[in-house]
Amino acid sequence: MREFLQYLITGVGSGCVFALVGSGLVVVHRVTRVVNFAQGSFAVIAAMTASTLLASGLPHGLAEASAVAVGAGAGLLVGLVAIGRPGTPPGASLIITLGLAVFAYAVEVLIWGDQPRSFAGVPGAVEFGGVRFQAHYLLIIGATAVVFAGTAALFARTDIGRALSACASNPYAARVVGIDIVRMGLLSFGIGGALGGLAGVLVTPIQLVTFDYDVTLIVGGFAAAVFGGLMRPLHTLVGGLLLGVAQSFVAGYGNAAYQMEVALVLLLAVMMRQAARAPAAEQEPA
Amino acid sequence: MIDVVDLTVRYGVAVALHAVNLTVAEGEMVALIGPNGAGKSTLVNTLSGIQRPAGGTVSISGRLAHVPEGRQVFPDLTVDDNLRLGGWRIRNRDTGPIYEILPGLTPLRRRRAGRLSGGEQQMVAVGRALMARPEVLAVDELSLGLAPLVVADLVRHLRELNADHGLAVLLIEQNARLALDLCSRGYVLEAGRVVAAGTAAELAASPRVADAYLGVAG
Ligand SMILES: Nc1ncnc2c1ncn2[C@@H]1O[C@H](COP(=O)(O)OP(=O)(O)OP(=O)(O)O)[C@@H](O)[C@H]1O
Ligand SMILES: [Mg+2]
Repeated sequence: MREFLQYLITGVGSGCVFALVGSGLVVVHRVTRVVNFAQGSFAVIAAMTASTLLASGLPHGLAEASAVAVGAGAGLLVGLVAIGRPGTPPGASLIITLGLAVFAYAVEVLIWGDQPRSFAGVPGAVEFGGVRFQAHYLLIIGATAVVFAGTAALFARTDIGRALSACASNPYAARVVGIDIVRMGLLSFGIGGALGGLAGVLVTPIQLVTFDYDVTLIVGGFAAAVFGGLMRPLHTLVGGLLLGVAQSFVAGYGNAAYQMEVALVLLLAVMMRQAARAPAAEQEPA
Repeated sequence: MIDVVDLTVRYGVAVALHAVNLTVAEGEMVALIGPNGAGKSTLVNTLSGIQRPAGGTVSISGRLAHVPEGRQVFPDLTVDDNLRLGGWRIRNRDTGPIYEILPGLTPLRRRRAGRLSGGEQQMVAVGRALMARPEVLAVDELSLGLAPLVVADLVRHLRELNADHGLAVLLIEQNARLALDLCSRGYVLEAGRVVAAGTAAELAASPRVADAYLGVAG
């Protein structure tokens, strides 16, 4: 029972991180129909930035916040290259983001080297049901809850959220009413960058981050986002948590080497189920 | 209100509009008719700033709103949210007056626009355009695919808006008879050129228009 709880908490922690990466994918996809494969890089860049800032003496909180802002900036830059030219097809933009994710390796290794980074999170431990775990998990869970409530409210309750969704749901009509599609797309990439960045600074205290950790994050985040059809934030949260917990149980009761396989199998299962019932009309709005 | 002078618009090398001249005065209702591919939608898209002119000038005094061809609602949003986005440009989000002008929308306000009938969607598209508090409304294919009764209702609304609020209208129509009945003046566009212009009565009487657009053997 204690083991079970231990694995559950660990799983929820990494599930939150996947969900955050996934929510960035969802925001960008909802607005631009682009799957942003550079989404994991924002997390790595923010993690590395935070570790450097902390090492240079910046206090906790400020360092992490600055790193998230750097993530948002990286998102904006990727957005500029990927969708800055009006009329770029989403497929072409996707390839651009993939290229930029690889390019980011070079930049990261150049600036931070290829050694893993870590820094301390929220200090101390908490006891729950006879299990001790790092207090940092509470921050991860709390921040994720706030972000998802905010994202859901953004799309469901605000006019800017409606305008963001309108861009992809009917780009022509969006332009007719005077919505600047490119600017909205860039905004979504900026938000995506910040969400990725947040995932990065939250995960580093519980997980060593290397420059290529983005692969783990993008696979997990993508699986989470696909759970919500790359459109729905709350489904993405559920998908991320399921994946995190499943991986944690497989690692705990089975073999820790199979984490990526768990993510891929889950991803495949969800995609096959969705392909079987996907209305073709949703893919390509007229 | 609208003053188009020698407007030329290109798609790549294809020329969609050749030196088109057109005016719409304050409070005037003007018809624009012509066959498929003539460039009518291109003209309206240029008026609303979606398409860039390659030559000539477009000047618009006052606000123009655009009811696009094929209605083009935001399918996943509710009717009320569709209307709100109509006020995006002028930051006006008060949808109340629209339900007074188009009471037919009131029972639909919480419905998803993508699930509505064609006529209901056209009503949403008109209401969304009115949210921008326009002085001139460009309507691209009002009657497309709609039953005559529905069209009559929409026409009645346009007449009222014109009479009560002085709204100027540029009406693009496949149904030339409807357009020439409703409007006082008109233009005929063919292959990107204005080939006839005049009062509705003059156009209706011209053999060329009667033959090609009114189905009267000339
Ligand atoms: N986005 C585009 N790219 C390239 N060519 C276009 C584009 N839009 C329109 N055209 C071409 O420009 C010409 C005019 O098209 P437009 O849609 O303005 O005609 P229309 O008069 O509105 O026709 P319809 O009555 O069928 O709506 C056509 O030859 C069309 O093929
Ligand atoms: Mg047209």
